[in-house]
Amino acid sequence: MLNVLWLQSGGCGGCSMSLLCADSADFPAMLSANGIALLWHPALSLASGDELLALLDDCLAGRQRLDALCVEGALLRGPNGSGRFHLLAGTGRPMTEWVQRLAAVAQHVVAVGSCAAWGGVSATGPNPTEACGLQYEDEHRGGLLGADFVARGGLPVVNVAGCPTHPGWVTDTLMALAAGALGPDDLDPLGRPRFYADQLVHHGCTRNEFYEFKASAEKPGDLGCMMEHAGCKGTQAHADCNTRLWNGEGSCTRGGYACISCTEPGFQDPGHPFHTTPKLAGIPIGLPTDMPKAWFVALASLSKSATPKRVKHNATADHRVVAPALRRTRLK
Amino acid sequence: MSSTRLVVGPFNRVEGDLELRLQVAGGRVERAEVNAPMYRGFETMLLGRAPRDALVIVPRICGICSVSQSVAAAHALADAAGIAPPPNGLHATNLLLACENLADHLSHFYLFFSPDFTRPVYAGRPWHAEAQRRWAAAAGPDAGAHTRAALAARQRWFELVGTLGGKWPHTHSLEPGGSARAIDAAERLRLLARLREFQAFLETTLFGAPLDEVAALPDEAALAAWQARDPLRGDLRLFLTIAADLGLDALGPGPGRYLSHGAYPLADGGHAFARGVWDAAAGALLPLDVAAVTEDVSHAWLADGGLAARHPAQGLTLPEPDKPGAYTWNKAPRLAGQVVETGAIARQLAAGQPLLRAAVARCGGTVYTRVLARLLELARVVPLMADWLMAIRPREPFCLPAPLPDGATGTGLTEAARGALGHWLRVEHGRIAGYQIVAPTSWNFSPRDAAGTPGALEAALVGAPVQPGEATPVAVQHIVRSFDPCMVCTVH
Repeated sequence: MLNVLWLQSGGCGGCSMSLLCADSADFPAMLSANGIALLWHPALSLASGDELLALLDDCLAGRQRLDALCVEGALLRGPNGSGRFHLLAGTGRPMTEWVQRLAAVAQHVVAVGSCAAWGGVSATGPNPTEACGLQYEDEHRGGLLGADFVARGGLPVVNVAGCPTHPGWVTDTLMALAAGALGPDDLDPLGRPRFYADQLVHHGCTRNEFYEFKASAEKPGDLGCMMEHAGCKGTQAHADCNTRLWNGEGSCTRGGYACISCTEPGFQDPGHPFHTTPKLAGIPIGLPTDMPKAWFVALASLSKSATPKRVKHNATADHRVVAPALRRTRLK
Repeated sequence: MSSTRLVVGPFNRVEGDLELRLQVAGGRVERAEVNAPMYRGFETMLLGRAPRDALVIVPRICGICSVSQSVAAAHALADAAGIAPPPNGLHATNLLLACENLADHLSHFYLFFSPDFTRPVYAGRPWHAEAQRRWAAAAGPDAGAHTRAALAARQRWFELVGTLGGKWPHTHSLEPGGSARAIDAAERLRLLARLREFQAFLETTLFGAPLDEVAALPDEAALAAWQARDPLRGDLRLFLTIAADLGLDALGPGPGRYLSHGAYPLADGGHAFARGVWDAAAGALLPLDVAAVTEDVSHAWLADGGLAARHPAQGLTLPEPDKPGAYTWNKAPRLAGQVVETGAIARQLAAGQPLLRAAVARCGGTVYTRVLARLLELARVVPLMADWLMAIRPREPFCLPAPLPDGATGTGLTEAARGALGHWLRVEHGRIAGYQIVAPTSWNFSPRDAAGTPGALEAALVGAPVQPGEATPVAVQHIVRSFDPCMVCTVH
């Protein structure tokens, strides 16, 4: 069994809440059947107070094997490097110190969510708490544990980034660790598991026909592509949100709003309002990943002039106003 | 009598981290200080941003009340813009909020609160084995049968949000002008089917009775008779057995004043559950004077800027970690200088739910009445959701434009699962110049104010029994969890 200790610090707890939305008819059985044992989880364990502190001591002293330390939330180093913005209750010691000590005895260290991976929303703007990730501060290696940290099992921090994380990203990562099937080559250059990070949110987006014709949404609720005006980064963001759906049949773009690239380091400070697309001479600055600019401009202007009326009208409505034409011949 | 000091934490099965400092004498708590030990500074993060950025940032205050935070921000922006959502937008927003609130009640009962009854300290009680079979903690090797069922029901339930708002938590479809996700006629049918599936879970596992039968119980005598007819059927009846055995109706008394911002706005300007302050001693619902809300920082690690208590519209959030006499990051909200309690209990008292009003009239706000209120709310809200779904008119607008002037102020009041949530927004030169958040657990778990008056939990803990040798007293755990605290919202 993979013994998992799950701790929370400078975050919202939303990755744990999302995890409980894992697609399973019996969540506890799904974990145990896949070789995952929760030593302790903040929302799911009976042990509280002194019982937890005894467990942490056992892990540190080697009396309890710790296979995976999962950390949710950013690490709050402030004020002035003291870590006092989060002293673990009942201990008077900074959470940053607990995490450093436990990371040193864990086989694997997993950052659950973009806060634990890069700092995330907890590090936004003036970063009042000196928040950082376990091994990154935005896109820069370092963070709490340092650029050179390697856990006992041989991997750097595994960054299951997302805000929140998809429950499947977390369960797949833990299952792969339990099975000994997550090696260095299974992580992308930012330490994210490739099984979800080697895809783009754009893949499987239901607005792709609008994208093809640059038929764009102009206001909240519009069905059109949100890249041109509404700040959508789905063509650049690494994640499988539109092929591995959320809460049944959802995703951000299916929910009526733009991808804010929450799996990417620094997403919290895009340098522009989240709901608008930054442009230069009318062209979005953030072009689709792997797309040469000249071709994008050429194709965009061509496709705009070729937009079918149906696509054009539906793009700026919140429901389909023009249905696809019906052809009374056998389709070729 | 000599007294001993007990520091209790880390507290789990609350959202976020929590520490209690207890003074114990004669086997009872005689004084309690509540410390919310983590500070992130959301109110300062928002300054200088484009106003609509709040819709992305504030849900991340809290992963369990995320939609509530979004709704409060959307209300504040709508107030600043001077607009109101169309009926479809209102219904969609109410549905999303209700999804989250009911899921939180379910999580509270099955994941956070009830596992404490499976503790070895209760091994001698006649109900212990049954509690263990049903409610053993989810992380253990023998997770309770009903806990497993509740997790599965919750997962299916949140698929409503997948359709209505893309994902949960951090649902960005909530807009000042309504909802960015229009629902069509076929989707509505699927949502109705899912709603009824959840209802079936509640009626089978939680209540062992139809929802309307539970919601219609008029008083405690009727409740007792209902329970006695089939005492092991459904989890509410088992809870009532335990509550009677352990005297939970006398444990953790609240301040007797209950604040509700009013839940689920209706197109006519009212709420499905009324706004107001229920004064239990007077047995009267008083109007809420929002101008009388203050936050006092005298015992928080926050600078007061020359004024200990401020209305949130003039609020300040400036860390002062070495402040003498401070013991928490949480401010102390007060209503006209008084401590109030908020939560499902306040909502249902303000809304006039007869059974709850009768129970509170007898025993006050206690562990028993707080839990009962949540369960009654589950029974009451599901049918309302079916009504809202049917009231949606497909192909009519869900969202109106909400252009914002360069200078404006706005207040957003809503009800999260845990109670009254308020956002106070000020926009200057097109940017956020002030943003203050008063969350439900900020109220319930407030520290002392300048007058030294303890917050609701601090007072509720006084008198709680502490057994010899207990380092994390079980009665204290029941009281703390009966409030369903959300510590990440508390300080934000």
